[in-house]
Amino acid sequence: MLKEREAGELERAGKLRTPASGAANAGVEVRISHVAKRFGNHSVLTDVNLDIQPGEFVAIVGHSGCGKSTLLRLISGLDFPSEGSILVDGQPVTRQLSEGRIMFQDARLLPWRRVIENVGIGRRGEWKRAALEALDRVGLADRAGDWPAVLSAGQRQRVALARALVSRPRLLLLDEPLGALDALTRLDMRRLVEQVWNQQNFTAILVTHDVGEAVALADWVVVLERGTLPLVQRIEQQRPRVRGDASLGEIEGEILARLLEGNR
Amino acid sequence: MPDRIHHLFSGAFAGAIDSKVVRNLLPWVLPVCLLLVWQTATHTGLISTRILPAPGDVLAAGMRMAASGELLHHIAVSSARAAAGFALGGAIGFIFGLLTGVSDTASRLFNGSFQMIRNVPHLALIPLFILWFGIDERAKLYLVALGVFFPIYLNTYHGARTVDAGLIEMGRVYGLTRAELFRQVIFPGALPSILVGVRFALGIMWLTLIVAETIAASSGIGYMTMNAREFLQTDVVVLGILIYASLRKLADLATVWLERRCLSWHPAYAIQGAETR
Repeated sequence: MLKEREAGELERAGKLRTPASGAANAGVEVRISHVAKRFGNHSVLTDVNLDIQPGEFVAIVGHSGCGKSTLLRLISGLDFPSEGSILVDGQPVTRQLSEGRIMFQDARLLPWRRVIENVGIGRRGEWKRAALEALDRVGLADRAGDWPAVLSAGQRQRVALARALVSRPRLLLLDEPLGALDALTRLDMRRLVEQVWNQQNFTAILVTHDVGEAVALADWVVVLERGTLPLVQRIEQQRPRVRGDASLGEIEGEILARLLEGNR
Repeated sequence: MPDRIHHLFSGAFAGAIDSKVVRNLLPWVLPVCLLLVWQTATHTGLISTRILPAPGDVLAAGMRMAASGELLHHIAVSSARAAAGFALGGAIGFIFGLLTGVSDTASRLFNGSFQMIRNVPHLALIPLFILWFGIDERAKLYLVALGVFFPIYLNTYHGARTVDAGLIEMGRVYGLTRAELFRQVIFPGALPSILVGVRFALGIMWLTLIVAETIAASSGIGYMTMNAREFLQTDVVVLGILIYASLRKLADLATVWLERRCLSWHPAYAIQGAETR
């Protein structure tokens, strides 16, 4: 198990993703070393090590309840590790990250606030223009004055994406944000997420149980299993990735096999 | 589907009911018939006016007392009492409800005791309150306040407790301060439940006041009716009952209006929301 991980890390060390155009060094660097997390006697994460370069898109896959979301919460500073350390741009995470934003599985819009106010939540000063721009980027500028209740699930999730983007985050944490959407909407959202990631250059960490989604979006796919990361898989394919690409399918198959084997 | 059934039935009335005027008048048919029966029964002597005065007499009594200014005075006194008691009990209930709803320590400290006191019917305390505060305004004020306190407290507490934890977490991630979190997430999230409490409280407010005023008062609608009873003025007694009923209805309408205004985001109240689309 360890060998596989080392091999993965060696491989990736040689092939760093060169930052795309736009603002240089927009994303943060995340270094997770020997992180463990226990709730009482229950150990969720035992030994997690992961280095994420600025601007990379990393996907963490695993069975439900394997600690994916817990790891995300630790990175965001909503919770803290029992052991080990998480460094964001060299600084240990001791409080909630101001440069990071989370997209949750459910949109979590405030139902008593109009769409535009939801996008501008927590912003100070002249937030309205930025909020409208963000809404425009997700294609919902014309719904700015609506209540969230009248939007579809996919539209709500797009509003949530706009809300995450409005503060120009340097780290975007995606906690299965596409999991509750129907297949077609999910493909749309996937493209949208990739697009804004390309434009804004933030570091993205996606947690999902959908291996296909992970392979389609990420530079790296890591498997989380029994509280640790036994497999790190680099995805080299050009973007935007074509659905049904044979080599992608092969990688997906390998990761799936690994997940199923680990479950036995 | 219900519409189609509706039409099927209205067809039996040969289209007469389809007219909008007729349809709007329909709910009034039964009350008007009752009034007519009542008027005829008292008029023909079937019912003694000592038991039940004729509707016309009640109306006349109302006009007479309104003209002398007596009626308005009693209504004003009762309304002032109700409002003061509601404000006092409501404010205390709201503050404690929020406190216990947001803080576990406060909840552990207060909630158990409040739930215990809640089991005492507040009207049972009337003799004690009269002993403590006499029959002046304070006894009635505190009694109404006590009655109003519990529905407001309980519903505020429940509302604040059941605000979606996911929304609170989202608020924290998106950098809301504690005050903003309260103002933008917790309070609006608790508001539907709080308004249910307000509605209950308004009912209890009038009920408490009726009882308190009939037992010990020197003014107010309760006093007016009790006084009339001693002189066998049944028309004034019935008038007092009707005024109570309309005041309570007024309070109910006020909460409906408040709900519409405050909860326009809610799909259940989304009449105005649909227009903005």
